[in-house]
Amino acid sequence: MNKSSDEKPVGSAPPLIIRGSKSPWNLSLRELWQYRELVYFLTWRDIKVRYKQTVLGVAWAVVQPLFIALTLSVFLGKLAKVPSEGIPYPVFAYTAMVPWQLFAHALTEAGNSLVANDRLITKVYFPRLAIPMSAVLAGFVDFVIAFFVLIPFLALYRIVPTARVLTLPLFVLLTALIGFGAGLWLSALNVQYRDVRYTIGFLVQLWFLATPVAYPTSVVPERWRAWYGLNPMVGIIDGFRWSLLGSGEAPGGLLAVSVVAIALILGSGLYYFRRMEATFADVI
Amino acid sequence: MSISTIRCQGIGKRYRIGPRQRYRALRDTLADALRAPFHQLRRALRSQPAGEVRGPEFLWALKGINLEVQQGEVLGIIGRNGAGKSTLLKILSRITAPTEGQAEIRGRTGALLDVGIGFHPELSGRENIYLNGAILGMTKREIERRFEEIVEFSECGRFLDMPVKHYSSGMYMRLAFAVAAHLDTEILFVDEVLAVGDAPFQKKCLGKISDAAHQGRTVLFVSHSLVAVEGLCSRAICLHEGKIVMEGPPGVVTSRYLQNWIPASTEVIYDSVESAPGNEVIRLRRACVRPLNGSPADRITVRTPFVVEFEYWKLVAQASLELGVNVYDEHGTHLFQTWWPGDRPVPAGLLRSWFVVPGDLLNTGTHRIHLGVYLGAAAEPFTLQDLLVFEVQDASDLRGLYHGDWLGAVRPNLQWTTEQIETPPGPATAGNRTLP
Repeated sequence: MNKSSDEKPVGSAPPLIIRGSKSPWNLSLRELWQYRELVYFLTWRDIKVRYKQTVLGVAWAVVQPLFIALTLSVFLGKLAKVPSEGIPYPVFAYTAMVPWQLFAHALTEAGNSLVANDRLITKVYFPRLAIPMSAVLAGFVDFVIAFFVLIPFLALYRIVPTARVLTLPLFVLLTALIGFGAGLWLSALNVQYRDVRYTIGFLVQLWFLATPVAYPTSVVPERWRAWYGLNPMVGIIDGFRWSLLGSGEAPGGLLAVSVVAIALILGSGLYYFRRMEATFADVI
Repeated sequence: MSISTIRCQGIGKRYRIGPRQRYRALRDTLADALRAPFHQLRRALRSQPAGEVRGPEFLWALKGINLEVQQGEVLGIIGRNGAGKSTLLKILSRITAPTEGQAEIRGRTGALLDVGIGFHPELSGRENIYLNGAILGMTKREIERRFEEIVEFSECGRFLDMPVKHYSSGMYMRLAFAVAAHLDTEILFVDEVLAVGDAPFQKKCLGKISDAAHQGRTVLFVSHSLVAVEGLCSRAICLHEGKIVMEGPPGVVTSRYLQNWIPASTEVIYDSVESAPGNEVIRLRRACVRPLNGSPADRITVRTPFVVEFEYWKLVAQASLELGVNVYDEHGTHLFQTWWPGDRPVPAGLLRSWFVVPGDLLNTGTHRIHLGVYLGAAAEPFTLQDLLVFEVQDASDLRGLYHGDWLGAVRPNLQWTTEQIETPPGPATAGNRTLP
């Protein structure tokens, strides 16, 4: 056989075995790493396409959290007199909106990602985790833009972050992980049950109300706090405010509960996703 | 020494079919418990036959496939629709998992089961080349290295920075194929992607596949085009109902396939609604092709006008209905398409639709009819491939002085006229004159 010199001879590597059942415990992270360029291109596509043919373009990344924060400030902060732990209410609300948007985006986009990419799934092979993963990663562009708007906001109210701000990346990471974990559940369920699509928006709304974005955690009675912390966004939002604004108490027990909840959701999400993965192409 | 690059051992794939929808709504699962007692009643009210089975049914799309492919072989895979050809490629390219058996593959694989996978209409041609290349499994460096070649092959160089939504469908297909054609894996799975573009471009694509073979790469090629299989492949297999029924040199396999597996079926009748092809909106009862004023058993010649007729139950009155018929000749050439547009409401009940194909249109040979049924939003559309297969025979009165094969996909009987425009210099004649 004529072969050019840069090709490896066939048979040098162990053969690939195709079998029916794969263990859902094996995440094949190595393979995912081999496909990292695909994750990059899919993320890049999602970012590029999102604001094509929109008038405001990337300004949307700011408009949404900003307007929600303003509306909350008027109705809850000014009129309903919701406490804000000594922080001016607009900063209080917007600071929470920034990680909340990252989470809501990750959950929504990852949850719909498999169904939206059905042609990819039925026509070509790659580790399916790449799809929800890139959907989550694409949300970071919005996050970064919204985050930079936070800086003039803080300056306006003369709030100077302390060294606590160094813990911020941890909270950002946790936000992405919980969005990814819950998104994995939803995306795999969405393939099987098409009404999950309609559930997602509803779920995000409920979750928003159960998370201290518009109000402080301190309004929740002490004895319910541990249960409240089972919503992992509670510990994250509190931690985000604490690290940036210095409000509230240092994250302790509540955050620990949240981290455990995140680990459970992410772990079970990965397991369920891997278990259903083999049937995606047949069912979608 | 030849090395088996692909070895399949007892591969089988079972699909779940039956009256259930392909995907369920969560509410179905939740409501199942409540619905069970009412189910009998509802079925009675809808006057559906009681024989309908509700539980899942299974279909083996592939069963007991043992296959070895050597390095450098170009294996053609033929068979009727639903024979399991595409399923086999999907299993080997890891898109779907086999239900039983296993396969061993040595070497990097690439699957071209469709063109333009992942193409995004809003992105430019350049951006889509990168995206599609990455999806097919190319690295960024590989794409960059072959970028110029891809652009040249696609003949879309001038429009590279324009969103592909503004491309003509031909340009779009060319660009999509160009990326696919530059996939350099040791093993390639190709499914029907050749059915794109105009004739010169198709030729170019076929050339690309035979190049791959000459470079010692292994190609598995699924096609309806028997001509392409004969021309490109070194070996062929024929699948029928999920099993390999023939294997051998492509010429032998294709001709035996034509004789044995595409018998003329000028009439198909389904006795019961349950076993008839269709879905919850429509079920086919009968389809036939027959000479005008004749029966399906009568012969059709190139001169005969003939009728294509469908009888079907429409089970839901509100659903809109469109029927599309595609006619192919024995080479797989798509001859024409005709539609019965669903712009009028159609009542429920047993219906008949038909059309007449004029004589002096088709050439001799085996023709195949695919029926497409489109139901608007009411249900998934479906296609019945090779629903009718019929032979068009020669008519002796047309031969004239010529005795060979009549070339071309169609054979219209056209009236020629020859007239004299100018007389040669010499004695004057009376102007233009039509010759007898």
